[in-house]
Amino acid sequence: MTMPPAIEVEHLSHAFGERSVLTGVTFQVPAGQFCIIIGPNGSGKTTLLKLVMRLLALQQGAIRVMQRAISDYSARQMARRVAYVPQNIQQVFGFTVWEVVLMGRAPHLGMLGLEGAADLEIARGAMVVAGVEHLAQRRLDQLSGGEQQRVFIARAICQQPQLIVLDEPTAALDLAHQVRVMDLMEHLKVEKGITVVMVSHDLNLAAMYADQLVLLDKGRIAGMGAPQAVLDFGLLEQVYGCTLLVDKSPLGDYPRIHLVPGRYLGKAEDRNI
Amino acid sequence: MTVERPHLLRRLLLSGAVLGGVLLIAAYIGLAAGSTSGGIMDVWKSLGEDPQARLLRDIIWRLRLPRVLMAGLVGATLSLGGMVFQVLLRNPLAEPYILGVSGGSAIGAIVGILMGLSRIPGVWLTSFAGSLAVLGVLFVMAGGRAFARSYPLLLSGVMVNAFCAAVIMFLVSMAQDSRLHDIIYWLMGDLAASTLDMVLALAAAVLPCFVLIFTRSHAMNLLALGSDMARSMGVNLTATMVLLLVVTSLMVSATVSYCGLIGFVGLVIPHMLRLMLGPDHRVLTPACILGGAAFMVVCDVLARTLPAQGEMPVGVISAIIGAPLFIYLLRKSQGK
Repeated sequence: MTMPPAIEVEHLSHAFGERSVLTGVTFQVPAGQFCIIIGPNGSGKTTLLKLVMRLLALQQGAIRVMQRAISDYSARQMARRVAYVPQNIQQVFGFTVWEVVLMGRAPHLGMLGLEGAADLEIARGAMVVAGVEHLAQRRLDQLSGGEQQRVFIARAICQQPQLIVLDEPTAALDLAHQVRVMDLMEHLKVEKGITVVMVSHDLNLAAMYADQLVLLDKGRIAGMGAPQAVLDFGLLEQVYGCTLLVDKSPLGDYPRIHLVPGRYLGKAEDRNI
Repeated sequence: MTVERPHLLRRLLLSGAVLGGVLLIAAYIGLAAGSTSGGIMDVWKSLGEDPQARLLRDIIWRLRLPRVLMAGLVGATLSLGGMVFQVLLRNPLAEPYILGVSGGSAIGAIVGILMGLSRIPGVWLTSFAGSLAVLGVLFVMAGGRAFARSYPLLLSGVMVNAFCAAVIMFLVSMAQDSRLHDIIYWLMGDLAASTLDMVLALAAAVLPCFVLIFTRSHAMNLLALGSDMARSMGVNLTATMVLLLVVTSLMVSATVSYCGLIGFVGLVIPHMLRLMLGPDHRVLTPACILGGAAFMVVCDVLARTLPAQGEMPVGVISAIIGAPLFIYLLRKSQGK
């Protein structure tokens, strides 16, 4: 059964001043899928996420979330459907884990933001799913990067969204925390039917977990589809400008990428070929 | 599994009761203390019918009560203003002074005083216009992205504040001798001229601002996680920040127009209460109102009673207490 699209991006272009960051980007993410956006630094991944989240003003093209133009949603309506986990969150006032997770209820509360018993229960459940319930009384700024990331994912779950958008959630995490975060996203997709859209630099994690990859290069889509189709040796070499070996993972039916030391080629245009 | 702090309403009531009690005690001392004070029983003695009681009644209820109320309103406003600016700039060291909002407000107020306008609405309006002008300049300087990033706003504020200080000194140097004393005393923060009419006018200006800020207290919690996070959780960022900036500038300029520049309240009280009560602004907003009011009433008592003759500007006392207290709190919060 084909699922309706959770996100539809059509002919999206965006520029910062004279510098074009995205050009004619078009893709869809079916509901209930795990989509990972990959690409080299500066390829427009974070800009794309911020446009979907309405954190940047749309310049050209269209974005629909749950079959509705994002401009048609009020801020609260949008927040009830889509949760966002940014790359870096600075902590300045010493909120506890419990307080931060409970903030996820914000789009569902009245003006004063007074939570009821049901909201507290949902927050507890979100902390259990994310495995941070034992940290509830700790101050967020006293946790490790991996723990903080899971707290913000718990906050996103507490928002009860249909779609979670994450910007490099595994960057700067050790291997165990990377797997834990990715397993958590897989769990949300499978058990709760939440669509997950994530930006990542880790091609092996992307190959392992994604149903769909979107490969960006200089603001354009260079490849799109299942990991087996997108993680092609020639395409990756062209986009990333370095030699990679791609074989089949012994763990499952998905590709495995190996870096080859000393084989940086530079971008195609830099190589003058 | 007990995972949350005591329920929000319980924390609100508990902190409100404790700080309200502290404010009541401070206010009682404020009524009883003064150059003609005969002790803390004066307030009760003033309720009698003998000639001395009538004299005490005049002193306590006509002279000291407006002053205590004025000190409370000013302290509450400055403390709350500091808290709001700390959230907007996501910097626990911010307050209206650091952005130049108080400086702009002071310039406007001095212009109003030099023009011979009445405190309400004349000086208040010129003072408010001064603070709004500073906000306008800040947003232009921050390249229109002031709402999204606080850093350019903070840097611009420091520069604008330095400029405002220079303009204030210029205006003071140009003032006639007859008005110079008034302006200098007012610049240091002065509650001596408080009357009941002034208290009522200031209350009418700032109390609605307190209510408006309280209605945005949960949005301020979300803003503390950053503008992107706040927007992604349903906060209308531009509307919320404009409302908080304008309302805060309005109430701060109202107090500046009456009482001049009184520093450190907006820095010390929110910082201290955040350490004691946690950062939840739904609790912190009423706590800052009550705590700031109590602090300023105590400062005013000291300003009235410490000098052997006459009194000193309350801004001097608040700075003398506030600066070392703030350094202590800062070290404590950093675990040093």
